[in-house]
Amino acid sequence: MLEMPVVDLEKCTGCGTCVAACHCGAIIIVDGKATIIETKVCGWCGVCEAVCPQGALYCEYEIVIEG
Amino acid sequence: MAAPVEFLQASPYFAGMNTPELESIADLFYQKTIGKGEIITFEGDPGEALYFVISGAVKCFKNSREGKEQILQIVLPGGSFNDVAVFDRGPSPTSTETMSLVNCYVIARQDMQRIIKDYPRLAPNVINVLSGRIRHLLALVEDLSFRQVISRIARILLEYADGAGPKQKLTQQEMAALAGTAREVVGRSLKTLQEEGMIRMERNRLIIANKEGLAQMVDTVDRE
Repeated sequence: MLEMPVVDLEKCTGCGTCVAACHCGAIIIVDGKATIIETKVCGWCGVCEAVCPQGALYCEYEIVIEG
Repeated sequence: MAAPVEFLQASPYFAGMNTPELESIADLFYQKTIGKGEIITFEGDPGEALYFVISGAVKCFKNSREGKEQILQIVLPGGSFNDVAVFDRGPSPTSTETMSLVNCYVIARQDMQRIIKDYPRLAPNVINVLSGRIRHLLALVEDLSFRQVISRIARILLEYADGAGPKQKLTQQEMAALAGTAREVVGRSLKTLQEEGMIRMERNRLIIANKEGLAQMVDTVDRE
């Protein structure tokens, strides 16, 4: 399963700001909440997290040391 | 559920207590599970309880009037929070929020104080824990006072890299709150680190390609 940004459904108000900002169409509103669609097109740009007025979207990085 | 003796044994607060002693205090703790993104304590609240993290991560932070967040500490499994307010009986100096699903053991302030009173030999343990807290905060003051943002980001990446300690994923927003800067600045710093060959970003993986170079950046302290 492809890792995707995560929505905190309790914080999300379904305002749609992230839907408008997402470059790859990975977010839709379902039942008044942002819902992430699994897609390889998502390049983890972080725009959805940056624009969310509620801080309800998380694009977490796994930090690893090479080698 | 009472805290298991093994968990208490591993806590720096209770180092030196034997099994029967630990068994006698285990019932004073209860377990609590808290969902991701929930506030546990608010800055200014009375310190009613001390928390010991079993799993997950908790951030201790302060907010400016404008809403800017500064993370002072991320508490990982084995660590504790709300200590200062519990011991000095003053208001909580920071707010705390879960960064993931968190399991913790909780003990009421009065119970913790009674344990210290009943076992005075634990006092040096308390001093050790609080001294560690002061050292951590002094390092943060040094960071914020003398280091450029990019050096702070380098330090955060090395601190939270897999293998350096308990694993905790970070968002750019959280890196900004740890470094005392804006999210946009973190984005620019990561881009610069990438251009300099220090890191590589593969979607949700941030790979440290030049650990030594990054460590050198951390050591570069601007004292002008």
